[in-house]
Amino acid sequence: MNFPLPSLVAVSAANPWTYVLFGLIGFAFGFTLEMSGFGDSRKLAAQFYFTELTVLKVMFTAIVVAMVLTFGAVGLGYLDYSQVWVNPTYLWSGIIGGLIMGVGFIVGGFCPTTSLASASTGKIDGMMFMLGGFIGAFLFGETEQYFTNWYNNAGYYGRVTLDQVFGIPLGAVVLLVVLMALFMFWGSEQLERIFGKKDLSKEPKIRVVGASVLFVMALAVFLIGNPSLEEKYNKLTFTRTETIPQENADPIVNTHVYTANDMLSNRLVFITPAEAFKAKYNQIMNPIYLDVRSEADYNLYHIDDAINVPLERVTEIVPMLITEPPANSVFVVMSNDEAAAVQAWKILVASGVSNSYILEGGVNNWIAFFGKEDESLKVEVNPNAGDDQLKYVFPVALGNRYKSCSPNPVEYEELEFEAKIQLQLKRDKSGGGCG
Amino acid sequence: MTTQTRKSIFTRPEKPYVHPYFGGAVLGVVLFLALLLTGNGLGSSGATSRIDALIVDVISPSHVDNNPYLLKMAGGDKNPLDDWIVPVFFGALFGGFSSGFFNGRLKFMTTKGPNISDRTRWLMAFLGGVVFLYGARMARGCTSGQALTGGTTLAAGSWLVMFAIFGGAYGLAYFVRKFWN
Repeated sequence: MNFPLPSLVAVSAANPWTYVLFGLIGFAFGFTLEMSGFGDSRKLAAQFYFTELTVLKVMFTAIVVAMVLTFGAVGLGYLDYSQVWVNPTYLWSGIIGGLIMGVGFIVGGFCPTTSLASASTGKIDGMMFMLGGFIGAFLFGETEQYFTNWYNNAGYYGRVTLDQVFGIPLGAVVLLVVLMALFMFWGSEQLERIFGKKDLSKEPKIRVVGASVLFVMALAVFLIGNPSLEEKYNKLTFTRTETIPQENADPIVNTHVYTANDMLSNRLVFITPAEAFKAKYNQIMNPIYLDVRSEADYNLYHIDDAINVPLERVTEIVPMLITEPPANSVFVVMSNDEAAAVQAWKILVASGVSNSYILEGGVNNWIAFFGKEDESLKVEVNPNAGDDQLKYVFPVALGNRYKSCSPNPVEYEELEFEAKIQLQLKRDKSGGGCG
Repeated sequence: MTTQTRKSIFTRPEKPYVHPYFGGAVLGVVLFLALLLTGNGLGSSGATSRIDALIVDVISPSHVDNNPYLLKMAGGDKNPLDDWIVPVFFGALFGGFSSGFFNGRLKFMTTKGPNISDRTRWLMAFLGGVVFLYGARMARGCTSGQALTGGTTLAAGSWLVMFAIFGGAYGLAYFVRKFWN
């Protein structure tokens, strides 16, 4: 089974159970916060005077426990990390917003969710914080327009994770964070002993066992490592629907599940030049053309709007492809013929980039199809062209300045093709996270 | 064990809070299940602005149309409450209430430091709420959505937000010490 479950990634009226599930998650969240003492502002504020470090202990225990379990599931191949919401990095609005939150924390004595636990148990200060919160969020909505450019662009890095920042494997980051947390727990207890006059001998001994278990699990996560792209590729499944029109009745819709190799051998991911071209004028999708050939070939001839990403650099741009473009983006990879494009497609789908397709016959086929009526394109067929090489000889490198690089949509209004693209909207990106 | 019978929900025997490491571990499992099943973590501040957007949309729909920030949530026929974070928000309210109920902690009271009046505490809580949620919307998430969830998923920006929150609070703690000590 592959997690997260596609039917549960967003609430939708089509699946009312999602409301119940998210409601239950919230219930458990509020319950644990209240039972840990976060309905009481004194317990929260004590964190900042070193008398009681419950906030840090609860928060970091939660983080490391969830982290070890999450990356354990990722390492064992049950959970697809690319489908887990990772807060995009907005450096400056994050730092300034964080500092402002810190001020609100020490003045108000709560953070938003703990104020819910407090208000719901009858604490009047918790209710006042909640009320203030509604005003604060409203004020942000009213003032955002004055700094919207800064808010949306300053220090924007997209989906960046700590393993990328430090250039070490995910499992190593998990292990380091767990070690850091254990050290912080030890430090917090010392601070509580010094500032809070707490008798540490009364603390339950079992916490040492818990710390050891946590460490062993983190070590296991580190040793398991991450599933290779190949392992992920072999586990992929694609769901395709096939609509058969019926006379005098509703069409029959069949659903088939294919492996990635089935998709290739059944040619379900190969789209004709006509379909690739028409996608540009289709309102429901946003095609992105990825040209995985060498820069030299790209400079000789490439279709308009195509982005040159040589095959060996495809893995580098994957994080960007997962987060940046709108959810209805369709990626069309192309090489001269198909070999390199198929390689690139395998990398993309294994990395979790949805809606990836291959241009059938590659750029050669595009030229054969749209170049027929292009007088500006005076090229000869190269009889010695090998597999997946450019079949034509270009006297000059004109890139996309041939007419056939951007065919006229009026001229080619009527094009017949068998539509292969089936748009999958896995996640409404604006709906993830706290945003 | 107390054998006291329950007269009202307010006179249940009050039980102590759980040990922080235990509470944290349970919270961690909840967060893991949320990430595993839905790919989303925990959060709440997003729901505050969505409820705000709904109120504005009811009172003055034209104002929504002139405000790009609100437009994203409540523009056209969009229902601002149609987001995963809204059921999480109401679930958390009910969950907090339930824990308070089962542990005998439902009580109208004000939690505050020993040296300030109830009214001052209310005012400070209110102002703190205003400031906190303003910052939370700016940072695109609060202690739950950024620090807890983003911290777990190893989002680089979330770790910065987390440090900034603690930095801001520690930086000001000395100056507001009379509110708490």
